[in-house]
Amino acid sequence: MVGELTWRKRILGLWLPLVAFVVVALFPFTWMAATSLKTNAELYDPKAMPLAIKHPSLVHYIDLLTETNFLIWVANTMLVAVIATGISLLLGSMLAYPLARMRFRGGALLAIAVAVTYLIPQTLLFVPMSDLIGRMRLGNTLTAVMLTYPTLLVPFIAWLLMGYFKTVPKELEEQAMIDGASRWRAMTRIILPLCAPGFLSAGIFAFTLSQNEFLYALLFLSKSSVRTVPIGVVGELIRGDAFYWGQLMAGALLGSIPVALIYSFFVKYYVAGLTAGAVKG
Amino acid sequence: MAPAHRPYRLGRLGALMERESVFSWLMLTPPVLFLLAFLGYPFFYGVYLSFYRREVASVASFVGLGNFVTLSNDPIFWQAVRNTIIFTGVATVLKASGGLAMALVMNQNFRMKAVTRAMLLLPFIVPTVLSTVAWQWILDPGMGLFNRLLVVSGLANPGPSWLGTPTMAMISIIMVNTWRGLPFFGISILAGLQTIPVDLHESATIDGAGTWGRFRYVTLPSLLPVIFIVTVFSIVITFFDFQLVYVLTGGGPANSTHLMATYAYSLSMGAGQLGLGSAVALSMVPVLGLLLVGLTLYVRKD
Repeated sequence: MVGELTWRKRILGLWLPLVAFVVVALFPFTWMAATSLKTNAELYDPKAMPLAIKHPSLVHYIDLLTETNFLIWVANTMLVAVIATGISLLLGSMLAYPLARMRFRGGALLAIAVAVTYLIPQTLLFVPMSDLIGRMRLGNTLTAVMLTYPTLLVPFIAWLLMGYFKTVPKELEEQAMIDGASRWRAMTRIILPLCAPGFLSAGIFAFTLSQNEFLYALLFLSKSSVRTVPIGVVGELIRGDAFYWGQLMAGALLGSIPVALIYSFFVKYYVAGLTAGAVKG
Repeated sequence: MAPAHRPYRLGRLGALMERESVFSWLMLTPPVLFLLAFLGYPFFYGVYLSFYRREVASVASFVGLGNFVTLSNDPIFWQAVRNTIIFTGVATVLKASGGLAMALVMNQNFRMKAVTRAMLLLPFIVPTVLSTVAWQWILDPGMGLFNRLLVVSGLANPGPSWLGTPTMAMISIIMVNTWRGLPFFGISILAGLQTIPVDLHESATIDGAGTWGRFRYVTLPSLLPVIFIVTVFSIVITFFDFQLVYVLTGGGPANSTHLMATYAYSLSMGAGQLGLGSAVALSMVPVLGLLLVGLTLYVRKD
């Protein structure tokens, strides 16, 4: 009796909604995969079952890799994401460390100013930014986005790292300094290593956001050879009004895989970063 | 308290470095200069532009509040404001309630929990443009997944035009945004749930609270701070969303799904009216401010 009741509760309260959430989260990816593996004849056959594949074929993947610059876009995206993340981590920690651990005039005001940058619409910045990039003669170079992505990432990273920096007790630093270490040594040898998980979280976050950025890439990268994956897929696989759905879905799937892989290795830190502010704050 | 005596072997420059304010500003100068150059300067330039009539490749002329007057008589602008508020409001409510449900389901014991959590987060981490292109294909009126399934199952023939009419297109963009953002709420609230002490639930049970009572008087109040912060975050991100609408509808049909961000872009880049576009973008700030103040007042009232 009791067993039957808990089972019913378990099915209604756990398994049924859980399966629903998983299906909703994953079906678009299944649809991407199914579409990319069908030949055009099967893809556009109104009688075929949409999610079943009768004659699997890699033709769309081969076309994608041979007829477009897709692999170059992937390489560009990776390079940009790594460098933008590196710059942002460096600048972000330089901003966060004093704000989190030091007392000085103007600190509180600066912390507020950094938080307020969240509320600036990117659409207000993009015209002046194009102007700036144009005058620096950086149009159609990857440097343009490597320089502009950190403007989106630094305030966020600084905010995230401040949370981690604050958790290290001040006594640790004071003890090191009484023992003769300089402020700089106390920071690089004691505080920063203790905050390694914070750097990992911030880094993964910055990396995913860099891969995701669209507006600046759309504006600054119009030449095919310097495009990133999102811009390349939207700009070149949609030709006029014609949609090459097989190739598009192959591109969408392949373009998602690097992020998904990196993230699945570090999912613990990603979730930690995601929830750091929410739970602590 | 900081120790009063510094080790003597530091030089005068070194000793200066030990002062908190000197050390701080030396560290802060590079990032602050960077942000001033690439964030501060474009911001003030953007504000300046919104008071000028500036068309591509022409000289700017000062028009004062002229751009804002033009916008106040522009029905598409007001449509975009309305759409942005509806889009942000409805999507946030759906994401918050769906995310709460997801967190409550995930906060039980079952096998392969870590893998499930990773799978549920996938929509949030894959590049937005790529999943949005997939959604465009799912919503395709003729051969898309939704309408094919509706036809095969005999529920509708033909299926609705998901992106073809103003109302359906708004529903569709809200649906796709919800799909993408729900896991962010779910996983954050789950983390919040795990910080609620077990004995709170136990004492509530002893006091005679049922499942609903425990949820209403223990779980929900403990979660409110988390939900509030995640909601603020989500409102800001959703409010500024650009790529979803740009890719899915391009603001159409007939400008009916323009958000303020996409309208600003289309005025600047499509019509070449940089001043007017900047004015739309600048108008986003007070609208977002109103939304956030509204949310805060609502939470206070509870």
